[in-house]
Amino acid sequence: MDLQGKGILITGASRGLGAALARELARRGARLILVARGEQALEEVAAAIRAAGGEAHAIAADVGAKDEVYPIAGAAASLLGDVEVVVHNASELGPVPLQLLADTACEDLEHVFAVNLVGPFRLTKALAGPMLLRGRGLVVHVSSDAATAAYPRWGAYGASKAAFDHLARIWAAELAGTGVRFFGVDPGEMDTEMHAAALPDADRTTLARPQEVAWKLAEMIADDSIPTGARLEAGAYAGGAHPSPDVLEAPAAVGLSR
Amino acid sequence: MIPAAAWPRDDPRATRLLHVDPQSGLFADCTIGDLRTLLRPGDLLVVNDAATAPASLAGVTASGEPIEARLTGAGGSGDGSWRAVLFGAGDWRRRTEDRPPPPSVQPGDLLLFGETAAPRSGHTASRDAGAPADDRAVDRSPTHEVQAGPPADGSAPAFASPFGKSASAPATAGTPGKSAGAPATAGTPRKSLLATVTEVDPASPRLVSLQFNLRGAALWRALYRVGRPVQYAHTAKPLALWQVQTAYAARPWAAEAPSAGFALTWDLLLDLRRHGIATARVTHAAGLSSTGDGPLDARLPLAESYEVPEPTVRAVESAHAGGGRVVAVGTTVARALEGAAAQGGGRLLPSRGTTALRLGPAVRRSVVDGIVTGLHDPGTSHFELLESFAPRALLAEAHAFAEQQGYRGHEFGDAVLILGEGRPER
Repeated sequence: MDLQGKGILITGASRGLGAALARELARRGARLILVARGEQALEEVAAAIRAAGGEAHAIAADVGAKDEVYPIAGAAASLLGDVEVVVHNASELGPVPLQLLADTACEDLEHVFAVNLVGPFRLTKALAGPMLLRGRGLVVHVSSDAATAAYPRWGAYGASKAAFDHLARIWAAELAGTGVRFFGVDPGEMDTEMHAAALPDADRTTLARPQEVAWKLAEMIADDSIPTGARLEAGAYAGGAHPSPDVLEAPAAVGLSR
Repeated sequence: MIPAAAWPRDDPRATRLLHVDPQSGLFADCTIGDLRTLLRPGDLLVVNDAATAPASLAGVTASGEPIEARLTGAGGSGDGSWRAVLFGAGDWRRRTEDRPPPPSVQPGDLLLFGETAAPRSGHTASRDAGAPADDRAVDRSPTHEVQAGPPADGSAPAFASPFGKSASAPATAGTPGKSAGAPATAGTPRKSLLATVTEVDPASPRLVSLQFNLRGAALWRALYRVGRPVQYAHTAKPLALWQVQTAYAARPWAAEAPSAGFALTWDLLLDLRRHGIATARVTHAAGLSSTGDGPLDARLPLAESYEVPEPTVRAVESAHAGGGRVVAVGTTVARALEGAAAQGGGRLLPSRGTTALRLGPAVRRSVVDGIVTGLHDPGTSHFELLESFAPRALLAEAHAFAEQQGYRGHEFGDAVLILGEGRPER
């Protein structure tokens, strides 16, 4: 897929991987809807993209809130026309320091699921219909290794991401052959605010930089050969070209993700 | 009369479908799922993918009088200008024809939305009884919006200058913690959506053009925060935005839902595709169906924006070339396709524009062979436009049958399919 002129919506776009991905996709000519709760940080990301000649619209909203879904989808469609790619990148750890499941408040688990699972489901539901009519579209679930490994204290987050992975697989199975594709990506451990909140003692030199992972994610979005229902690890992804040094030497971004 | 359904059904698959064959004169009681057999491989179903906009905006005039603007004919203009029909005090719970007329407005007048009039004797603002818990006056997206609350230093509110002294009343007179005017205390500024009246229709003064103070993403965020779906007195409770969307809703162009599509699930649409029945889309800015103002109602539907994309033109050509029938889901689809064809001299071309076409017995159709639509009573304009598809006597007979069979009418009701075995004679 040629990303030039493509309408792409990214959640969690104010920081970390989401912000880095927004910059990378804008650099490739995509037209962007950026969604996040933090309005000021989000507007700064969008303004920087516009200043560089790109197109980015900031929509400050909570993807975990039921009554925000159609407002996000409607504004996105109105501003972009066709929303051709959705990247569900926003996610919620729950309270930090992370807790054992036995100490996790049920309401905290519910909130993590609302942001990491139910919200993206609602947004996909609102945006996949037009994709099905057009016979074309891509939905990317940004996942985590916590979805597959049972890390102690990552219960709410890990369970929500495991369900999120499976949600992508079932969407893919149900919509196989329609031209609307789904895949999940484990971005790997990145040097982001979210990582620091979860694992404050981690050795940052061992962590990937968000802009490097964003570059790979952009390659995956452009790669039509990735089968629907796949789950990829950014660290192992060998498709596409290699990033140019100027991409990797861009200023480090702060942000999310385990 | 067919009773109106007052609420969206839980399961769209339960929608009943009255099939009327204008060629044989027969009709049959089916369900929406029977489209799988009523349509044939090679047929084409065309839907209106307009999402339903939050087109009902409650607000106040410069002098603090309550007003409701129902946006119409949006068409995604992008420059912050919209056409609107104004209503006086009250809301959807009162029949439009029983609503008091709006206060008189002139070009240059300002309207403030997302606020309600200060409580006063005689009436209150429109968001009183039974308003939903998601209080639309709560500010969740303060992007680039006018600061309506008083600044912390106690100076005049930002909009006091254009509005004059009296306009500050709605922003400051609310009961803290309760009314929409709360919490307008110093240090908690709220943001509001302002519009300037730019045009007043000379024949129908409640039909106006508005210019909002915001553009782009900021305008959409404000409209979704302040606006609610347009609804009418036959509905039971306040509708949420997600209850008035089809399964394929995209750009929010529609002032009222393209409701014939409510019955369509993706399970059905994908099944139809597997049976060789394709789907295609138009976008049509379905307007208001009623304003309560007789002369203005007589002008409905007003000219409305539409877009017929190139893949849809190809799908129509392909269906017709193979002997298939083109079935419009909703009158807005028929209007867009036939309006576009009329502007193309009888040939459907990829196009975007406005159409004032009124379907009716005299309209010669060149694209649409059949229609899925809601049930409306004889004598209504909706019923008359179906005479473009079947003779009045047959429609009346089918209507009486549907009534006797317990069909429900209006936007959340059952459906009728008017479609003959072959393509109609041209």
